[in-house]
Amino acid sequence: MQIDARGVHYRDLNRMLKEAAAAGEKEFVLDNVNGQRYIGTGVNLPVNIVINGVPGNDLAAFMDGPAVTVCANAQDGVANTMNAGTVVVHGSAGDVLGYGMRGGKLYIRNNVGYRVGIHMKEYKRQVPVIIAGGTAGDFFGEYMAGGVLILLGLERRQGEPLTGDYLGTGMHGGVIYLRGPVEPYKLGKEVAVLELDDGDEKILGKYLKEYCDCFGLDYQAVREEPFVKLLPVSSRPYGRLYVY
Amino acid sequence: MRGEFPRNPSGCAISGIISTKGRRMTGDIIIKSIALMHDRSNGLGGGFAAYGIYPEFKDHYAFHVLYHGHQSRDDTECYLKENFIVDRAEPIPTRPVAGITDPPMLWRYFLQARPGRPEQRGCTSEERGHSSFGEMSPDERDFVVSVVMSINNSIPGAFIISSGKNMGAFKGVGFPEDIGWFYRLDEYEAYLWTSHGRFPTNTPGWWGGAHPFCLLDWSVVHNGEISSYGINKRYLEMFAYKCELQTDTEVVAYLFDLLYRRQKLPFEITCRVLAAPFWKDIDRMAEEEKAMYTALRQVYGSALINGPFSFIVAHSRAMIGLNDRIKLRPMTCGVKDDLVFMASEESAIREICPEPDRIWAARAGEPIIAELEEGL
Repeated sequence: MQIDARGVHYRDLNRMLKEAAAAGEKEFVLDNVNGQRYIGTGVNLPVNIVINGVPGNDLAAFMDGPAVTVCANAQDGVANTMNAGTVVVHGSAGDVLGYGMRGGKLYIRNNVGYRVGIHMKEYKRQVPVIIAGGTAGDFFGEYMAGGVLILLGLERRQGEPLTGDYLGTGMHGGVIYLRGPVEPYKLGKEVAVLELDDGDEKILGKYLKEYCDCFGLDYQAVREEPFVKLLPVSSRPYGRLYVY
Repeated sequence: MRGEFPRNPSGCAISGIISTKGRRMTGDIIIKSIALMHDRSNGLGGGFAAYGIYPEFKDHYAFHVLYHGHQSRDDTECYLKENFIVDRAEPIPTRPVAGITDPPMLWRYFLQARPGRPEQRGCTSEERGHSSFGEMSPDERDFVVSVVMSINNSIPGAFIISSGKNMGAFKGVGFPEDIGWFYRLDEYEAYLWTSHGRFPTNTPGWWGGAHPFCLLDWSVVHNGEISSYGINKRYLEMFAYKCELQTDTEVVAYLFDLLYRRQKLPFEITCRVLAAPFWKDIDRMAEEEKAMYTALRQVYGSALINGPFSFIVAHSRAMIGLNDRIKLRPMTCGVKDDLVFMASEESAIREICPEPDRIWAARAGEPIIAELEEGL
């Protein structure tokens, strides 16, 4: 199903999607999207949605199942509280990506903004994954409670930092993999930098190969640069706060 | 609670465009951009600033004034005539628009300063006692500022919403696109437009409280809130700025006027005062830089703006975008040939420029400055 989204309000666009998906439509191509919010929200079926144009905020918010491909940049709040499915962005994306995300995958080709992966969480086999190919702003993995965050810093300009400040501040679960070293002053107080072990290699290999396939990247070339791992040094650091 | 409550995805919207070659564009372009972000505002405020719109009066101070009654107008006009040569006084043209109700009286005046020393003009001795503008410097613009402050402060129901040369503010209660059509902005041409869609949170939605906030040819549109308002306001009061518009944003206009125009700091440094680097970052700087930023933070501690913000400040030669230091509000920038764009969302830029040469997210605390080319 092909939809010309030019000038269509997000409520109408999303209603069209939801109704057609419920009626059995599996493939959607949305042309001339510009700024419509919440695309993919409430569909809850394993459909494919290709977005031509820049989708609005909260793309795939609470999404449960669809595979979304964005052939442009995305804005703020992608994969907010997302539960299942995949979002692939062939460009950059904004701030607060994967806020409270609890499942599914978010793959971004280029840069991401501030507070990416804030409050991500996991439960047993529900493990959300975010991979960004470029650089990230401050507060990467802030208050992270679970899931996997991977940042690659590909094609960086000379002197361009991989991450911003306050890396993993308040983090108490999950894991962050960075392609390249991190300056200690940027680390949040709750994280430590470690080398990768065999288990990490397995996780990294699995997701990164999939990511490289998505964007036509050479996996071996991406792996040539060594990765480091960030883990929280305590679990539930605030668990005793307000207890007494 | 029962029933269906449609979510209102609020947050305020800002958008701006400048041609660095001074090429003028009609207002429909900026209306189109801000209208795309309709859902960020709730109909309680919208507004625009436009530069280059009065070429036939380019050396006059153009006062846009909002009146809540005839008495306010009579008093204001009397005061203006005492202080300026009034070359033209007329209602601001509007057209009926469904979404705009109960507008106040909207007038504009094209004014020339009277010859002679500014501090000898107009002000009563009592007002001079309260004002440091006339006494500190013979700058005509200080005098204009004192007149604006005086009218906004002391004539009930009269508010000067802009007071620069060859520019003007158009604002009110409504969605921004409705406000734009109401003021017939499609009939104006400007080389720099900024706009705002409001979702008032802490202060009332009223005509004078809509953005932009202007003084001389400064204008500010702002998404966010200024937690340091009280400190900033008291600091500005020491320099005779009076904050009368019941909202936080006006301090930004006055801080730019104070730091850039009166104290002659460059734009870049002015921005670094308002969104100062954290001490932890200053500690890591090279000695010379460290000394400068330490001095700036010591001298201008009360001009630091705290809280979440992204704003676009404009004046006759530049458009400046600035985010708070930890990027708690969005801003995207774009460039296409001589055009520079800044907006809360990328889609608002793409709506009027589908294929920009470059588009990027502004970084926390780092000013984006787009200036007119030299000689224009």
